[in-house]
Amino acid sequence: MIHLTINGLPVSVPEGTTILDAARSADIPIPTLCHHPKLTPYGGCRLCIVEVKGINRPVTSCTTPVAADMEVATTTPAIEGMRKTILELILSDHPNDCMVCEKAGDCALQELAYFYGVRENRFDGERRCYAGKDRNPFIDRDMEKCILCGKCVRVCEEVQGVGAIDIAYRGFNAKICPPFEKDLSCEFCGQCVSVCPTGALTGKAWTQRGRQKDIKEVDTICPYCGCGCGITLHVRRNEIVRVSSREETINEGWLCPKGRFGYTFVNSPERLHVPLIKEKGVFREAGWDEAMSLIVSKLGKIKKKYGPDAIGGLASARCTNEENYLFQKFMRAVIGTNNIDHCARL
Amino acid sequence: MRDPVKSNLTIRVCMGTGGIAAGGVEVMAVFADRLAGRGIRADIRKHCSIHKVGCRGLCAKDVLVDVILNGDKTTYQFIKPDMVERIIEEHVVGGNPVLEWAVGEDYHQFHDKQVKVVLSDCGNINPEEIDSYISVGGYNALERVIKKMTPAETIALIKKSGLRGRGGAGFPTGVKWEICRSVEASRKYIICNADEGDPGAFMDRSVIEGNPHAVIEGMTVGASAIGADKGYVYIRAEYPLAVERLKNALKQARERSFLGKNILGSGFSFDIRIKLGAGAFVCGEETALIASIEGLRGMPRAKPPFPVHKGLWGQPTVINNVETLANIPYIIRNGAEWYASYGTEKSKGTKVFALTGKIRNSGLIEVPMGIPLREIIYDIGGGIENNRKIKAVQTGGPSGGCIPAELLDITVDFESLARVGSIVGSGGMVVLDETDCMVNIAKFFLQFTQSESCGKCVPCRIGTKRLLEILERVTEGKGRLGDIELLESLANDIKATSLCGLGQTAPNPVLSTIKYFRDEFEAHITKKKCPAGVCRDLLSFVVLKDFCKGCGACKRVCPAGAVTGERKQVHVIDPEVCVKCGACYDACKFKAIGKG
Repeated sequence: MIHLTINGLPVSVPEGTTILDAARSADIPIPTLCHHPKLTPYGGCRLCIVEVKGINRPVTSCTTPVAADMEVATTTPAIEGMRKTILELILSDHPNDCMVCEKAGDCALQELAYFYGVRENRFDGERRCYAGKDRNPFIDRDMEKCILCGKCVRVCEEVQGVGAIDIAYRGFNAKICPPFEKDLSCEFCGQCVSVCPTGALTGKAWTQRGRQKDIKEVDTICPYCGCGCGITLHVRRNEIVRVSSREETINEGWLCPKGRFGYTFVNSPERLHVPLIKEKGVFREAGWDEAMSLIVSKLGKIKKKYGPDAIGGLASARCTNEENYLFQKFMRAVIGTNNIDHCARL
Repeated sequence: MRDPVKSNLTIRVCMGTGGIAAGGVEVMAVFADRLAGRGIRADIRKHCSIHKVGCRGLCAKDVLVDVILNGDKTTYQFIKPDMVERIIEEHVVGGNPVLEWAVGEDYHQFHDKQVKVVLSDCGNINPEEIDSYISVGGYNALERVIKKMTPAETIALIKKSGLRGRGGAGFPTGVKWEICRSVEASRKYIICNADEGDPGAFMDRSVIEGNPHAVIEGMTVGASAIGADKGYVYIRAEYPLAVERLKNALKQARERSFLGKNILGSGFSFDIRIKLGAGAFVCGEETALIASIEGLRGMPRAKPPFPVHKGLWGQPTVINNVETLANIPYIIRNGAEWYASYGTEKSKGTKVFALTGKIRNSGLIEVPMGIPLREIIYDIGGGIENNRKIKAVQTGGPSGGCIPAELLDITVDFESLARVGSIVGSGGMVVLDETDCMVNIAKFFLQFTQSESCGKCVPCRIGTKRLLEILERVTEGKGRLGDIELLESLANDIKATSLCGLGQTAPNPVLSTIKYFRDEFEAHITKKKCPAGVCRDLLSFVVLKDFCKGCGACKRVCPAGAVTGERKQVHVIDPEVCVKCGACYDACKFKAIGKG
């Protein structure tokens, strides 16, 4: 263990821990925008700077490992002044449109601007202006809101292993984009969306469906496949407006495109609400009892005439484990056949 | 009449990039052609050699040609192909140098106060012939190091010499090697940083063009000292001649077993690959350079870990600058004491500078550390062009600062330049005179660093942009009260919070110009005047009645039709129409146009 002090408090952490993690383990807050615990430290936003006794310039706590007897100060007037300058700089090139931003209320930059009281900004000047819109089906990329924290680039490369995006151009013109600035054409896992601290990356389906303050979060399990990813439904007025996943889930917060963006069927007006029975080639609405009776009688007749093995069941990955269990039980115990299969087995 | 066939004749034509640009290739071709035409060709190899040499510094006087006849050297300047015939006729054949074309006092003065170590063979040897380098003692140092010295002895020798990195930071080279040697790893690398990118700097390019084998030898010595078996030279693709000569030199070194497997039968193996940079200034920063070699976007990463612990592909890596490595063979050949005898207590040896700007003798110079700045400017540089007043010397390129004329007596070494707010840096030295606007100079360097920022960290990406924008509005006459304080505050925050050396030093030109020339900034902001008469938006042109002869020269050159007046009458400039191009000012022979 390495023993050090942070703001005068003794802290002990394992060797190799960063100052940031050491501080957070002691419940000492340090602001960050580019840090993510599961991604390689980046040191880009510079907000996590701290003073270390004996080092004559601020160091980024997210990249600096602790050392024995280190004396760290996280909130000196000088450090806080520099953090405010950095926020002013970011905001001097950020659209001032929190009023209409999807991310308002759930935006790391907005939170920091609030806590640092950045209302007046000493800096004005050119702002990035991007005319073209990305026409991909899932992810809204509003690059004027991008703060170049690089989390999306890292998550795509390090977690998803895709590398669909990277930084192009230099300096003020630096921009995160797919190759040749084409429309995004990737797996659309949306990992990038989940780590974006601002409104630069959002789901296209989220637009104007409700912001975080109106949201009720419901934790559940994704019904799409057997992985059983933990998901959180963001519900407003009994409607799912987006899906996220918490870091402490079995899937560590990462999802696939179906789990993240494939929820719109739930509230689809085209979805069946009542059973339909086809008579003479035409569907008609029916009651549940009538439909069940019809199934029982038809299955009974087939079983009697051709034997139970004439019947087969195909279960769906979209059903829960319990539903799938019951279905196979039904096929084996009630129908009396082993002809039961599942789409995810393929 | 002498018989040129029997005399011993050497002709050396400067073929650095400067020499070639001035027509060196043509000059050399004409020499070969005319000498052959006179029937001396048969014996050219025996008695007469014409060869290309690297840069000898005074690029302003290219093409420079040495004619050495029986040991007597005459150096000619500004040689053009049509001048060759007369040199052959009168000097080579007749034995009488063409004195009117020979270099003058200033050429000798330029060289007299210099101490050449790194550049000692540049301009004398043929950079494309390994034998030419070997004939002046080349590769002796390598042979001694790998056959007679232990790595620890080599490192001790370099440490004792006091050599510090010539790339800018001035970290002691021997210490760097020692740390890297002490790290346990299956593989280590040595990288030569030849990504020279400061505007106006051409030290490294000239060294590689003029003496590529010295760099290779230095690298190989370094590799043997730290235990590396692979090296890279990271060099700008914009240096085609240097790349070509380096490639050629690597091939020759491999053929002579100075590189490759089992070097000189010692059992030590080492080879060098060339990696071309794609033109990003930030790739001169060592961690960005490593990322670039690894095939990633050239962006710096946080230190620690330092490259000596975790560098290329995660392995311990030493990165040395071209000039640093080119010093190594000479230090080993001549001894640590010899090298340490030059320079100051903490800054040993010599340093190469690219002396440019408003100076008479612009070019490449090598001086002992600790030389007074005044000597560089007036003795070597020959003073200021057009006898104007010197205003400042900008050192260290876009990472450096401006030293005002009042401080011209300081010495040039790492410590003393740092004390006045500048740096030695990689060795750019731009001389500014009274016609240079310091706000404009700061803006120039900011334009460069701002556009070369990689965009990774906020203070550099957005901060330098905002610094530049404030400077732009000051030079456009739109400066606001408080802008100077805002510049200082932002500049200090950028310095303190940026990720890499680029951002940490980018504000230096702004801070040092404000420090020494605050009144110029104030004049721009409060009086809306540019004292040096440079910032166009702050200029106005008027005809000075007492001097105007009514010749009409100003009227003829004015592109906007702003000048009116009858012949032999005083003319008038309409400020509403004037586009402030300055054409009238330049055209007037009677100094009758007032600018201010």
